[in-house]
Amino acid sequence: MKVLSEDRTKKLFEKLTKYIGVNVKLLIDRPDGTYCFREKKDRVYYISEKLLQLAQTVKPEHLISAGTCFGKFTKTNKFRLHITALTYIAPYATYKIWVKPSAEQQFLYGHHVIKSGLGRITENTPKHQGVVINTMSDIPIGFGVAARSTTECRHADPLATIAFHQADIGEYIRSEDTLV
Amino acid sequence: MGRKAKFDESVKIKKGPGRKARKQPDPVFKKGLIDDDKEEKKLSHRQKQRAARRLKKKKELVEKKKALKEAKKNVAKVNEKVVEDKSEDESEDSEQENVEGFTDDNKEWLKPKQKSKSKEYNSEDDENDSGSEVEDEDVEEAPKKSGKEKYKVGKLDDLFVDTDEEQDNDPDEEDDADNENKMDYNSDSSDEEKDDDDDDDDDDDDMLPIEKANIKLKKKQKIDKKLADDELQLNISKQDVFAFPSEEELQNPTSLQDIHQRIKDVVTVLSDFNRLKDQERSRCEYTELLMKDLCMYYSYNEFLMEVLMQIFPVQELVEFLEASEVARPLTIRTNSLKTRRRDLAQALINRGVNLDPVGKWSKVGLVVYSSTVPIGATPEYLAGHYILQGASSFLPVMALAPQENERILDMCAAPGGKASHIAAIMKNTGALFANDANKDRTKAIVGNFHRLGIVNAVICNYDGRQFPEVIKGFDRVLLDAPCTGTGVIAKDPSVKTSKEQKDIQRCFNLQRQLLLAAIDCCNAKSSTGGYIVYSTCSILPEENEWVVNYALKRRNVKLVPTGLDFGTEGFVKYRHHRFHPSLKLTRRFYPHTHNMDGFFVAKFKKFSNVIPEPFKDEEEDNEEIKEDAEQNGDATMQKKSKKKNTPVKRPAESVAVEPQNKKNKN
Repeated sequence: MKVLSEDRTKKLFEKLTKYIGVNVKLLIDRPDGTYCFREKKDRVYYISEKLLQLAQTVKPEHLISAGTCFGKFTKTNKFRLHITALTYIAPYATYKIWVKPSAEQQFLYGHHVIKSGLGRITENTPKHQGVVINTMSDIPIGFGVAARSTTECRHADPLATIAFHQADIGEYIRSEDTLV
Repeated sequence: MGRKAKFDESVKIKKGPGRKARKQPDPVFKKGLIDDDKEEKKLSHRQKQRAARRLKKKKELVEKKKALKEAKKNVAKVNEKVVEDKSEDESEDSEQENVEGFTDDNKEWLKPKQKSKSKEYNSEDDENDSGSEVEDEDVEEAPKKSGKEKYKVGKLDDLFVDTDEEQDNDPDEEDDADNENKMDYNSDSSDEEKDDDDDDDDDDDDMLPIEKANIKLKKKQKIDKKLADDELQLNISKQDVFAFPSEEELQNPTSLQDIHQRIKDVVTVLSDFNRLKDQERSRCEYTELLMKDLCMYYSYNEFLMEVLMQIFPVQELVEFLEASEVARPLTIRTNSLKTRRRDLAQALINRGVNLDPVGKWSKVGLVVYSSTVPIGATPEYLAGHYILQGASSFLPVMALAPQENERILDMCAAPGGKASHIAAIMKNTGALFANDANKDRTKAIVGNFHRLGIVNAVICNYDGRQFPEVIKGFDRVLLDAPCTGTGVIAKDPSVKTSKEQKDIQRCFNLQRQLLLAAIDCCNAKSSTGGYIVYSTCSILPEENEWVVNYALKRRNVKLVPTGLDFGTEGFVKYRHHRFHPSLKLTRRFYPHTHNMDGFFVAKFKKFSNVIPEPFKDEEEDNEEIKEDAEQNGDATMQKKSKKKNTPVKRPAESVAVEPQNKKNKN
């Protein structure tokens, strides 16, 4: 567990801002204690200071995970969010897409969201904005990137992609071994 | 059973929907058809001949009787005052009893019912009988009426008469002679009423040989029937005594059904051994047979079956084995961090899942009866609203009763069901250490924790026995120890055949070390906690009570009530072992009694952090040696453990068997 370098911290926050905007600072300033980001084997964990202290007693080779894993830095040093970050991203997300029940299953199998499956979309969503995908009953089921802005969506044809798939909760089953 | 056609027009077919109303009704014949039938039938030559002969005989008979009566009357007049005459022969006597209140005094107005009955009976006969005569039909009307009147007067007596007649001349075979007799009554009824009762007696004298044979046969049949009844009674009282199978039968098993039947039989015999046993067989032989059959039928290995037989009485054992064949109902646990049970239930019902709360004892459990969707892949599941978890797995966590802001350790956490339950109860506060020795399985913990939104957990991969060296001072520790899995045979049937004494030994040695380590990790001075919960999904006392007992001796811990209001008490005595009396505070759960996986839960309270000096006693010494051998892990180990096995096992058996043998001798 080591502190993230300046460069990586910047990249991480840039990425998070794409999804949750200014709410990023809510992740840092919390009323229930201080939380921090730590890196282990290129994985980034979001963990409270108290728990971190305890976790540091565990030898690194025996430590599997502590707190919540947000994602990992790729070999090309880009940050990629994992589905495990959804716990924190979903409540703070500024832009959301709701999919119809019929399209839920498709998205959970790793497909993009198409117009015909689109239930609702946040007003004024710009193009290429990070969005959280919800079911109509407000259960977050993943996140992605808006392929079209809200206005463009209105006129899109039924098979046009609205949001690109990045991560979905189906991965908990599909790729349990490579989650972290 | 064919339906009897009621040719008699007087019997009307009931109207309205009867029990079998929908079925074919009785056949209806035209009136003329039946009448014609009667008229057309004429007596054959032989019949006429016979009838003539009969008539002749009757006349003679009547003559005879008259003479007899005359003689009797004279006698009766002499003893007129005596109501019951002992000197009279038995037949006479019985006659008088049957025809109650009929004496010579009142004969004028009181007529014996038998007569009227016989007439009635007779008339019926005539109708059925092909050989009806003209005179007969003439007389028919009057007696019928009188008969009916008589019925009104004395119903009880009628009953008597009825039975009498039935016994004397069985009506199933209407012999012509019989018929003739009665016809005779009819004709003579005017002048010879009083004599009627005697007629039956005297009938015997002039019966045809075939009749006599018939009566004899009837008697014989009666006796036979009585004997058969007696035998039946005897059988019922003896409850179908089970015949011990011969060697041959044992060598060549026929079918599973037979074996199942034999198991049932032996169990009944063993349940009431003194009464049902075979005198030449000892209880040992029966149990031996039962064990073999059970092994065969449920495909267990003999070792495990022997162990199970020591735990359960036979009746319960069969129940347990049956229950172990069928899977427990699928249960899910609501993740209280993300949703409420009612909301979850509603969401799942909308998806076509049929479910119910698991019971009053749990606020988060749901039983799934049936589902149209895969319950482990619904969007709710993936979003972490619930986790598939056996009902029994709730118990250790409920016993642990975690509090918020505590530091808790789950020593053998994979796949994280119980650990996530703990985190949910703590509401993501404090710190939860989820440890598992198997690195591959820790991935399951990671997956489940992230899915369920647990953020206060550290997942690590240590051998539990070394955990005290890493971090201590936990408020509560849960140890769900690895075990042989004898409580979850339904889930993993390979347990039936794969477990040997060696495996059990290996398990409980590991469990003891883990439990000591767990106790060492716990902080006795914690203001809120200081509790350790030990649980296994095994039902063997070796892995449960014995391990707990071991820890009680080695550490400053005591057992406290688990806080679970159901389950059976732990064993205090098992074979030759005598455990600490407080072991009855532990709880056992069985598939056949609680409809959840077999489980064991014990809750300790640590009262001092000091590790007492290990004291030695005989039994523990043995174990110590075994442990050493285990760690050496080579061929010598097996030898040693085998040596240990025999003295530990055999004496216990002999103790169990001896008293019963004594009983047998008595």
